[in-house]
Amino acid sequence: MKRILVLSTALCGLAFAAQAQNKEVNVVSWGGAYEKSQVEAYNIPFAEKTGIKVNMIAADNPATPLKAQVEAKNITGDVFDIELSDAIRLCDEGALVEINADDLPPAPDGTPAKDDFVPGALQDCAVANIVWGTVISFDTTKFGDNPPKTAADFFDTAKFPGKRGLPKNPKRTLYLALIADGVAPDKIYETLATPEGVERAFKKLDTIKKDVVWWEAGAQPVQLLADGEVTMTTVYNGRIFDAMVAEKKPFEIIWDGQYMDFDLFAIPKGSPNPEAAMEYLKFATSTEQLANQAKWISYGPARKSSDALVGKYQDGVTEMGPHMPTKAEHLTTAVYDDPEFWADRAAEMTEQFNAWLAAS
Amino acid sequence: MANALDPHAASATKASGLAPSGPLTTADGQPLTRALARSSRRARRRALLLVLPLLLFILITFVFPIGQMLQRSVKNDGFSANMPQLSAWFDANDRSVEPDEAAWGALAADLQAAAEARTIGVVGTRINYDVPGTRSLFTSAGRKVKDGVEPPFRAAMLELDEKWGDPKLWSAMREASSPYTGNFYLAAIDRARDENGSIVQAPEQQRIYVKLFMRTFWLSFVITCTTFLLGFPIAHLLATLPTRKSNLLMILVLLPFWTSLLVRTTAWMVLLQQQGVVNDILVWLGVINDNQRLQMIFNQTGTIVAMTHILLPFMILPLYSVMRTINPSYVRAARSLGATSWTAFRRIYFPQTLPGLGAGALLVFILAVGYYITPALVGGSSGQLISNMIAMHMTQTLNWSMAAALAALLLGGVLILYWVYDRLVGIDNLKLG
Repeated sequence: MKRILVLSTALCGLAFAAQAQNKEVNVVSWGGAYEKSQVEAYNIPFAEKTGIKVNMIAADNPATPLKAQVEAKNITGDVFDIELSDAIRLCDEGALVEINADDLPPAPDGTPAKDDFVPGALQDCAVANIVWGTVISFDTTKFGDNPPKTAADFFDTAKFPGKRGLPKNPKRTLYLALIADGVAPDKIYETLATPEGVERAFKKLDTIKKDVVWWEAGAQPVQLLADGEVTMTTVYNGRIFDAMVAEKKPFEIIWDGQYMDFDLFAIPKGSPNPEAAMEYLKFATSTEQLANQAKWISYGPARKSSDALVGKYQDGVTEMGPHMPTKAEHLTTAVYDDPEFWADRAAEMTEQFNAWLAAS
Repeated sequence: MANALDPHAASATKASGLAPSGPLTTADGQPLTRALARSSRRARRRALLLVLPLLLFILITFVFPIGQMLQRSVKNDGFSANMPQLSAWFDANDRSVEPDEAAWGALAADLQAAAEARTIGVVGTRINYDVPGTRSLFTSAGRKVKDGVEPPFRAAMLELDEKWGDPKLWSAMREASSPYTGNFYLAAIDRARDENGSIVQAPEQQRIYVKLFMRTFWLSFVITCTTFLLGFPIAHLLATLPTRKSNLLMILVLLPFWTSLLVRTTAWMVLLQQQGVVNDILVWLGVINDNQRLQMIFNQTGTIVAMTHILLPFMILPLYSVMRTINPSYVRAARSLGATSWTAFRRIYFPQTLPGLGAGALLVFILAVGYYITPALVGGSSGQLISNMIAMHMTQTLNWSMAAALAALLLGGVLILYWVYDRLVGIDNLKLG
């Protein structure tokens, strides 16, 4: 018995030693075309440069496993790709490692990182890698010569018949209903802060409720559109770009009322490989890597210095500029994510949204 | 056990030797009762050792986590642990006392300490459960009071934000100042506490849980009935066909049972969606027009169809095992005595299948009540069950206390039904196989 005990302890020790030598980092991201862009632009060059192995883990929303791991006090991921409101919330709760902007690499021309990132991209505990939009997309074969053009058209099922795809959460549905109902983009949160405003949004959603197919994972709306289950859906702009350009699907984007958000890298306190995680974060958010990512997916880099380096898509033909959510004319009616608002209201709105869904 | 080294055994022998008219003894002179108790204790100890691994396993993987979850449903120390001074003030003063300068001072000091320790978000999140929209009140106040607040504290705090004077907020903080609370159970039945601490109904547009509980139990009942209607004839066939044919049929029952749950659910999506196989065939046959395709999934119908299919084996297998043991001569006897086939079935055959039916129905119902992945995938908005809300609170809003309260209520509901079932049918009559 004792012999077995000694032997197994020794073996365990060996296993740990081997693990410590083989440095690795676990990155939790969103899967699909987006994950591929990160593997190509960050992970492969990072592994080549440092010899650290990068394990990519996919989640519908990486903040979900992150919160659960923090709550259960059992952290298995090192770097999490999360949204702004989650990054701020988790930072407030003391769950994330604080990141000093001075530690991040400067732009190639020497501009320090804190001046190089677009406003809002640098948070106390997180660094943005991309700016992305939730946009409306439709199947061009379904509407002929008179295609929909605005967010209001999305709600007009008489003129533009067919099912609609919407995400099953209040954050990316209520704003769209208000935009379609004629609320100015900069008045969205003001309106949603009042009970009347919320009611107005739900009333507008009521008009298409029976025509909605609800999606949850980012890859679903593209599939729904490709299957013909819906004729119009909201979708993450990079995903639909991938379907349009790489898979040559007959889809078109409506930029009116796009919902802009950052994706940020954050490191939880108590992660298994903190040094490798920090190294990865610094490497991935450097100018060149951010610009490279745009070669694989149409999300805007979070550094100003990366813009000049963004060239063509990996097929070598498609110019990426016009597909970027950050392009000037795409921003005229864009709604920006308001992390404070959602940190406050997410629980209440989600409950109300679910009650609305359940009422038939 | 009974060896010569045992002092009790030795003395017992001596005692019995001195008093021949004492109680019954064994051959070596011990009292019979004691010897019996000893040997049976030994057997019991051995039996316990045999089941010990299983007992420990159940304790560690089942009783302990469930107990922890149940504890969470009444315990949340997010506020009380991080706001000690204010919690102490609430302890010392009851509800009738208006917050005085000492209370405001305690609030300011606690906020400052929590902001420094970066636990202010936890505090805000806890209060936000009861008073939506207050999380940012705490986090922003935390940022502002980092350098300290000058007295008078009441004026200083109200200057930061007028919302600090809201009686509802103070009532919620009082509730949260004790780590133990029943508020999560109240919320789970669509109730809340107002500023006076009395229980009121939640606003109408936020009432959801009671409705979902009812829907969960109703749908589970419907699914139990459909599995019975579909499963009974199949089980009967399985039990009465010649072995070769029934084996083949059994494989057809078991094959889907062994297939991944997700695969089966996705298969139903492929079959039933509007551009799916069933609709395509109906259009091709001319039963419906192309623009009238039926909505058979992403609603309640989808949930019922997919879950019936998935739970069917749990009805068939217990029924089958009972039907196999039914002697066919009873039905034959009934027929020879003049019963119609329907009467023979109703009065003779069916009553004998009841133990299997009871077991199957109980299994299917209890499994259906807790099902979550299938309704999440094919339920759309009208086919969601209470388990989907539990999952949402576990993974999205991270209100684990709320999830625990909902789960506890669900568990309670199932136990009550189990008790009713025991009263009506009797658990001893169950036959699982």
